[in-house]
Amino acid sequence: MSNNNFSRRGVLKTGAVTAGGLMLPTYLRADAHAGYTNAPGDTVKIGFNVPQTGAYAEEGLDELRAQELAVEHLNGIGDGGMLNTFSEKNLDGTGILGKKVEFVTGDTQTKSDVARASAQSMIQKDGVIMVNGGSSSGVAIAVQGLCQEAGIIFMAGLTHSNDTTGKDKKANGFRHFFNGYMSGAALGPILEQEYGTDRNAYHLTADYTWGWTQQESMQASTEAIGWNTTETVLTPVGAGDFSSYIAPVLNSGADTLILNHYGGDMVNSITQATQFGLKDKQVNGKDFKIIVPLFSELMAAGAGSNIEGVFGSMNWNWQLQDEGTQAFVKSFGEKYGRPPSGSAHTCYVQTLLYADAVTRAGTFNPCGVVEALEDFEFDGMGNGPTFYRGADHQCFKDVLVMKGVPSASGSDNMVGYDTVEIVEVTPRAQVEYAPDHPMFAGGDLGECNPGA
Amino acid sequence: MDAFILQILNGLDKGSAYALIALGLTLIFGTLGVVNFAHGALFMIGAFCAVTMQRILNLSSTVIDETQKDFLGNPLKVEVPYVESWFGEAAGAAIQDWSVPLSILLVIPVMLLVGWAMERGLIKHFYKRPHADQILVTFGLAIVIGEIIKAFFGANPIQTPMPSAFIGTVDLGAWMGFDPGSVAYPTWRLIYFFFSAIIIAAVFAFLQFTTFGMVVRAGMADRETVGMLGIDIDRRFTLMFGLAAAVAGLAGAMYTPILSPHYNIGMDFLVLSFVVVVVGGMGSLPGAVLAGFLLGILQSFASMNEVKALIPGIDQIIIYLVAIIILLTRPRGLMGRKGVMEE
Repeated sequence: MSNNNFSRRGVLKTGAVTAGGLMLPTYLRADAHAGYTNAPGDTVKIGFNVPQTGAYAEEGLDELRAQELAVEHLNGIGDGGMLNTFSEKNLDGTGILGKKVEFVTGDTQTKSDVARASAQSMIQKDGVIMVNGGSSSGVAIAVQGLCQEAGIIFMAGLTHSNDTTGKDKKANGFRHFFNGYMSGAALGPILEQEYGTDRNAYHLTADYTWGWTQQESMQASTEAIGWNTTETVLTPVGAGDFSSYIAPVLNSGADTLILNHYGGDMVNSITQATQFGLKDKQVNGKDFKIIVPLFSELMAAGAGSNIEGVFGSMNWNWQLQDEGTQAFVKSFGEKYGRPPSGSAHTCYVQTLLYADAVTRAGTFNPCGVVEALEDFEFDGMGNGPTFYRGADHQCFKDVLVMKGVPSASGSDNMVGYDTVEIVEVTPRAQVEYAPDHPMFAGGDLGECNPGA
Repeated sequence: MDAFILQILNGLDKGSAYALIALGLTLIFGTLGVVNFAHGALFMIGAFCAVTMQRILNLSSTVIDETQKDFLGNPLKVEVPYVESWFGEAAGAAIQDWSVPLSILLVIPVMLLVGWAMERGLIKHFYKRPHADQILVTFGLAIVIGEIIKAFFGANPIQTPMPSAFIGTVDLGAWMGFDPGSVAYPTWRLIYFFFSAIIIAAVFAFLQFTTFGMVVRAGMADRETVGMLGIDIDRRFTLMFGLAAAVAGLAGAMYTPILSPHYNIGMDFLVLSFVVVVVGGMGSLPGAVLAGFLLGILQSFASMNEVKALIPGIDQIIIYLVAIIILLTRPRGLMGRKGVMEE
């Protein structure tokens, strides 16, 4: 006869309960203590979810460089970059609320399902408190939805679709980057000034959320200055050869081609449009013009000299002369030997803004962070006085109108960086809109979700 | 009418690339019986040979120019290409300008070597394995090659311009009796079409009029009998693999001014080229060429606004739709031979 109290059934029960407890995702266990998902311990962990493979990998890797730099600055390593110029002085290089910042990275591959899986893994397995990054609106909207459900703050990276802070806005999601409407509003007056009020525009548009809202915005702004829209054509993403879509432009009567394309599609479509002689063509006595509403440095590098004379817009550019920009360009340039791209800037700023919001709120609780970021006014981050609107979590700031030019330095390494110049810094007031503007209608911000 | 002609030209141009890749695929399938999913990667390697040639011609010495500043305010490092130092500024710039056509000199030996290495190093071990195994291993190889290219050249498309002499369009409208400028077509695309036609003709002439080609054709028809005659048909087939790789490489290199090369460009063409091979008829070289041009033209017409207004989204599916129709009505494809892929 045995004296021990273990029975086979008891061992099985205890084992099952213990195993179940161990198998519980990290964030569920943390909830019990803090009342929100993934409460940090001695250190705080954030997740950088960027495309590291696939079509936007270069963009994603530049975001990652900036995010790593932001973490260094938060932890007191390096020269501090924009922490020295940021109007809020809460961050002192000791991490966030005294906790050292760590990070994990995920690869979105610029695919919504992969990006969601990657973010989910970072939240559940790595226990991140915030997710930042991305180079596509489709991805941003998908990850934003996931973060809302999981009770995690999402600080979006490069996402330009109106829908991100329009019909798909979420309380836990924040966008620092500008959007399609703002591009249209900034470009409209410049296009009127440069090309007049009597133009016929032909749109080639990437067939997904960003392309649709970009086209809608450009159509509205150009029609507002008197232009006629000749045709709008949706093109498949990643079409490669756009010749079949460009050939009909030649004899359509249009004198302006608006390429609502981004990344590799934009590189190919503008190159092929140039090869078809559109930039040398005359229609109804006017020089034919090409417009690319959304520019990026890395895209301009791919397009080479084809971008010369083409107008576009940017959220930020390293050539700005304000203190914040110069501090960031110096930090980034000394560490990586090249200027930062616009997407790098937005991810860097978003990381610092999150850290600052936590510090001001005095808690990592997402609802505290949301409250701290809503209707928050700040400066010194490269875009002039900036406002994070509470009604839709969209940042409002000056927008840059850009133009493609021959390389100023003649250096191959600077192609893309010095082959676009700033034509105008469009003041914030000109690109603002009401939260219930028809292009942004239909969504509901909802309530912040702490995840507990 | 002018829109119609432009789309035919577009179709011929696209079809040229499809036909060149499909020709190589069919050569490999017809000789070695291997379904080569890495063939798109060969197209990509050819394209990156053009990028490499561009970079070789751009190799530079660095000179510090104290009078200019870089973006951080440090003295500017100015790069002076060696070709300009050696041949003078004008001649050096002209050589750099012609980097894409000059890359042919690099493409042919590199692709023959890559083709030989691929066949001897990997593919020969899969001759007697099922087609599914061949597809898996060659597809895996294509992914590996793509990742290697990405590691060296990055993920962004790389601008590889054509010689400046070919920038611009040819006014075909004036030649055809239409209004001047109504049918203007890019010069380089016309060059690509004629270049493809020459390559295709050369491959056919090689197979038709040389003893080597005759043996290869005999081997394609009846490998065993040719072997029994004491001819080392395997060696010749290895050379054919190299030739197919060179054709794909040339197609890729000359296509770079049209489509800036990136590490995934091969995959974009691969699926379409397989459809071309199937529609043309497995193992049929003329079938591959015919189907390449046919599907290229159909794809161009399907992208016309008038057609898309009637059937939305047709531009995305036309090739597959035609493939289904042809395979239902002619299961061996347009020019497929009896007994090929039917055992």
